[in-house]
Amino acid sequence: MSKKNIKLMQGNEACVEAALMAGMKFFAGYPITPSTELAELSAEKLPRIGGKFIQMEDEIAGIAAAIGGSIAGLKSMTATSGPGFSLKQENIGYAAIAEIPLVIVNVMRGGPSTGLPTSPAQGDVMQAKWGTHGDHAIIALSPQSVMETFDITIKAFNLAEKYRTPVIVLTDEVVGHMREKIEIPEPGDIEIFDRKVPGPGEDYLPYRLEEGDIVPKMAPFGAGYRYHITGLFHDETGFPSNSTDNADIMLKRMISKIEDNREDIVMYDEFMMEDAEYAIISYGSTARTVRNAVKTLREQGMKVGLFRPITIWPSAEKEIKAVGRQVKKIIVAEMNMGQYVQEIERIVKSDAEVFHLGRANGEVLMPIEVVQKAKEVF
Amino acid sequence: MTSEIVQKYFRIENLPHIWCPGCSNGVVTRALTMAIDELGLDQDNVVVVSGIGCSSRAPGYLDFNTLHTTHGRGLAFATGIKLANPKLDVILIAGDGDVSAIGGNHLIHAARRNIDITTIVFNNNIYGMTGGQYSPTTPTAAKGTTAPHGNIDKPFDIAQLAAAAGATYSSRTTAYHVNQMVKYFKDAISNKGFSMVEVASICPTYYGRKNKSGSGVQMMQALKNDFIDKMAYEKLPEEKKEGKHLMGVFKNITLPEYTAEYQRVIDALQGGENNE
Ligand SMILES: Cc1ncc(C[n+]2csc(CCOP(=O)(O)OP(=O)(O)O)c2C)c(N)n1
Ligand code: SF4
Ligand SMILES: [Mg+2]
Repeated sequence: MSKKNIKLMQGNEACVEAALMAGMKFFAGYPITPSTELAELSAEKLPRIGGKFIQMEDEIAGIAAAIGGSIAGLKSMTATSGPGFSLKQENIGYAAIAEIPLVIVNVMRGGPSTGLPTSPAQGDVMQAKWGTHGDHAIIALSPQSVMETFDITIKAFNLAEKYRTPVIVLTDEVVGHMREKIEIPEPGDIEIFDRKVPGPGEDYLPYRLEEGDIVPKMAPFGAGYRYHITGLFHDETGFPSNSTDNADIMLKRMISKIEDNREDIVMYDEFMMEDAEYAIISYGSTARTVRNAVKTLREQGMKVGLFRPITIWPSAEKEIKAVGRQVKKIIVAEMNMGQYVQEIERIVKSDAEVFHLGRANGEVLMPIEVVQKAKEVF
Repeated sequence: MTSEIVQKYFRIENLPHIWCPGCSNGVVTRALTMAIDELGLDQDNVVVVSGIGCSSRAPGYLDFNTLHTTHGRGLAFATGIKLANPKLDVILIAGDGDVSAIGGNHLIHAARRNIDITTIVFNNNIYGMTGGQYSPTTPTAAKGTTAPHGNIDKPFDIAQLAAAAGATYSSRTTAYHVNQMVKYFKDAISNKGFSMVEVASICPTYYGRKNKSGSGVQMMQALKNDFIDKMAYEKLPEEKKEGKHLMGVFKNITLPEYTAEYQRVIDALQGGENNE
């Protein structure tokens, strides 16, 4: 009886399908190419299941309303590209400090500014981590295919709920718009995580960490707990606190809840890495090009492998360090002028020599270019 | 002795508040709790949202579900909460800068949608929290720290702006006129749609000092003298109209409310499901 549910769909479409399966009930956003399908499909589908969609007046309002939806208890998402991602930054920080579960999809396009609206890029990798002001931890995931967009979106909702944090799905124009066959899992076959909420009549402090929990429980507004949420540093009660000691404790907890759980959050993939003497590190759609190039290089007798981070932030620090120890040289291939390469250099240090291959003119990297670069530096 | 209202609706443990002596924020906040009390709203069901500013600190002192957001964005957060759970009574507290400068776009769009949120603006004609810079409601020729030579901007009329943008209820009163303020708050909250109550307020510390308006008491007195009901204003002889500001109800109509309309979409789709 278990006939596989195979569908041909776009990356952006798969993202919405997965979001619905993960329990998304609220979407607020503002149209922008190449993310618009996410809004359109959410608008079409959410009311059918009793969920809510709203097109706000701009991207700032889009994320603000999505945070509001989450505070009211619904799993919420917003989606955007380039300029819109810039506009959302202040409220990404708000969701981080107030610890509000939320999924933000950024279908990366060429920038800065209006840049190259319909061309792919991977230029928002650092912005995803440091775009909002102040210290904070963030989770960002980057899929290379339509199927992976599906899987990662489910994971993004789960991580958002589990760690009470904004999670960024960093896809790009190629993955967002390409059509591929995917297998949609049965709802019973996927793991869904819902935020922990306080039990009835529980003595509830909104930001108190209970024994055995990763994050404080989160009561939806209106459930009888009457508490305060603010973007100011606050203590366990949720009320603002000027205490430097408290700020220190809180900031460290906010960061460590993510950094200390890399084992659970970090996803990566390796291709022909077992005996590799050289590695190419690449993510998102660019990793497909690299995989292709790795095959060619292997055929030509070079011991090259691909390491593909799926979780971009927090980075796969332990595994990347191991790659650095294993190989002599590393190329980081990405559609930007040199962003994630900085993270790789930071991790690898002098264990291996690190090179960069990238551009941001709207053209995807071709396998032949990767092959050439490998021949040149390896 | 703290009054029953204060006992019931204020988070006593968070007092004293941060506001300066003579500031009208306390009076307006208290009037809001009186309105909520008289309406008999369920405290657990009330959500009070704000942006950033002196006035936006009010929710922290109030015993409801309270959300202190980012500067100007309160209405967008409130829109998400209300749409996600339309049963909640959602109230926004905002400063003039918060709601009409950085948040002006959210204001006109929330009003246009006629979403059932009550917006209460503490209009002190200045940026209080940041130390007295001119705001979109600072009168022409008045002074602010960024208008040291006198403001050349023309001020917004927030109540009229909201009305024009689509609010179904819009009124203006002052921090001096407490009874009227409580009534307007009640009417605004009871209106099923977007409601605006602009409360002319005072900031003796910055606006007052810069403009030599005197003490808090004198500024309150000025609210009493300078504001006149819009009906009474019409009857005044021309020479007496000079310098008067209008208060009263500018709009009170009934139109379809946003979250109810959205529910109709859901119901139609779900009702039609069997036929698909
Ligand atoms: C994005 C952003 N810009 C600027 C500020 C600084 N700021 C805080 S409150 C405020 C103005 C407050 O004025 P108003 O809204 O009238 O409130 P009041 O303090 O007068 O009650 C400004 C400019 C900020 N917090 N965030
Ligand atoms: S600065 Fe002005 S608005 Fe702020 S608390 Fe003081 S008097 Fe009130
Ligand atoms: Mg003000």
